[in-house]
Amino acid sequence: MSVKTPIYLDNAATTRCDPRVVEAMLPYFSEKFGNSGSRNHRFGWDAEDGIETAREQAARLIGADAKEVIFTSGATESNNLAVKGAAEIYAKAPAGQQGRGHIITCTIEHKAVLDPCKRLQREGFDVTFLDPPADGVITAEMVRAAMRPDTILVSIMWANNEIGTINEVPEIGRLCHEKGAIFHTDGTQWVGKMPTDVERDCIDLLSWSGHKMYGPKGVGALYVRRRKPRVRLAAFIDGGGQERGMRSGTQNVTGIIGFGKACELCLAEMEHDRERLLKLRRRLEDGLSGRMEVVQVNGHRDRRLPHIANISFGFVEGESLMMGIKDIACSSGSACTSASLEPSYVLKGLGVGDELAHSSLRLSFGRWTTEEEIDFAVEAITKAVEHLRKLSPLYDLYKEGVDLSTIEWQHH
Amino acid sequence: MAYSEKVVDHYQNPRNVGSFGASSDVKTRTDIGVGIVGAPECGDVMQLQLKVTAEGVIEDAKFKCFGCGSAIASSSLATEWIKGRTVDEALQIKNTQIVEELALPPVKIHCSVLAEDSIRAAIEDWKKKNGIAVAEEAHAH
Repeated sequence: MSVKTPIYLDNAATTRCDPRVVEAMLPYFSEKFGNSGSRNHRFGWDAEDGIETAREQAARLIGADAKEVIFTSGATESNNLAVKGAAEIYAKAPAGQQGRGHIITCTIEHKAVLDPCKRLQREGFDVTFLDPPADGVITAEMVRAAMRPDTILVSIMWANNEIGTINEVPEIGRLCHEKGAIFHTDGTQWVGKMPTDVERDCIDLLSWSGHKMYGPKGVGALYVRRRKPRVRLAAFIDGGGQERGMRSGTQNVTGIIGFGKACELCLAEMEHDRERLLKLRRRLEDGLSGRMEVVQVNGHRDRRLPHIANISFGFVEGESLMMGIKDIACSSGSACTSASLEPSYVLKGLGVGDELAHSSLRLSFGRWTTEEEIDFAVEAITKAVEHLRKLSPLYDLYKEGVDLSTIEWQHH
Repeated sequence: MAYSEKVVDHYQNPRNVGSFGASSDVKTRTDIGVGIVGAPECGDVMQLQLKVTAEGVIEDAKFKCFGCGSAIASSSLATEWIKGRTVDEALQIKNTQIVEELALPPVKIHCSVLAEDSIRAAIEDWKKKNGIAVAEEAHAH
């Protein structure tokens, strides 16, 4: 078995840019380098044509109309524009007052949604942060229970970036439409990997990013519904009025071209990619759970994305585990506090840290991940965990049948 | 984070890993001193077991450690240093010596403190079991 190390299993952080995407972008650096805002010459027209093609490619991927796609610098900007922009327009009272309206989100959102919501809270909006259940899935029932007559906006991510759990998006969208609230979803980990149709899925605002789906970094999109209902947003970048006035600034032509191409490829290869990714995930999860005891796959058993696995290992500490798998590029998501690893608020929210002394890895796959790499990872992780368990006094206690939570530890 | 070569070496080839028996068995043995310090929720637990002669010489030492690479290295190094010493000599080992030997960065100093604490705790346990008064020492930290 020969794999080139280090192997890359961190595709939920970012993906390799598809060479076909890079190829599509190249002419726009040096030949068709015009400013899409230049209306009087060929250079400007070429850039504009490229952008409009990309807009159509992006729209097709999510079942939208091209006019409904706004290009941004990435999902963080899209999330900020959606949440703050909608809150500003649909506010029940002017700035400076309290009781400006109610917003529903959840505690395991990405910071790019959580932090804008916290800012809105300081600015006179009421925000409900839903806590996820142990399986990590936010349901329409949970949102329904939090709904108020003054709820103006619901922002629930489609799928979680750390554990890959899939929230009840069409159901939450339907509920919002029934109640007259705007529904935004952060689709960063979902779009491009899973079938998306903003009509069927009842979405008003959808954020996604280029570099999570084999496109370039620094470019993303926001879908903004134009009819039933027509969604309005307050822009926060003022200037030349590009992107229907919602996002001023000269367009990132090369990035947008790459984004469009990445969308087109994802749509064409979705079924194939998805099945392959799911097989890889199962191979990894079954491989690790089959080889060792006290291995826990986090999140809902079935409602999970095909390309993200989040796995906890009992009785080993996170940083030492990472040290033992130097050849694997992945993320650690320790649920317990350690001196150097930040505990994951997502895993904590799921109650994963309630069991003492677990450490977790997020392993995520992409278009170029191979079965050999998965087998290599299973082997390397098993070896590291076994090495550390031989050293672990907690594993000994577990083997002796001692319940760790009954011991009085000496905190220092 | 970059680890010093010595930390990596102790991580990969830890010295004196193990125990002289299950925790319930060694509890009653007067030739064994046991020190367990730290807590799982803090991310470090060190267990040090010493086999001590009637004359107070540490014949053998075994450790187990749940913690980061620096914690593993600190406890592994501690076992190397205390083997063959008398308990009073072992008590002279200071965490700063461990920091120096392993080139631990400031965020990892607590690992060396834990190792020093585990030596102290194991010796105190042995002294108690053998009816020797535990000296009141001022802790440096």
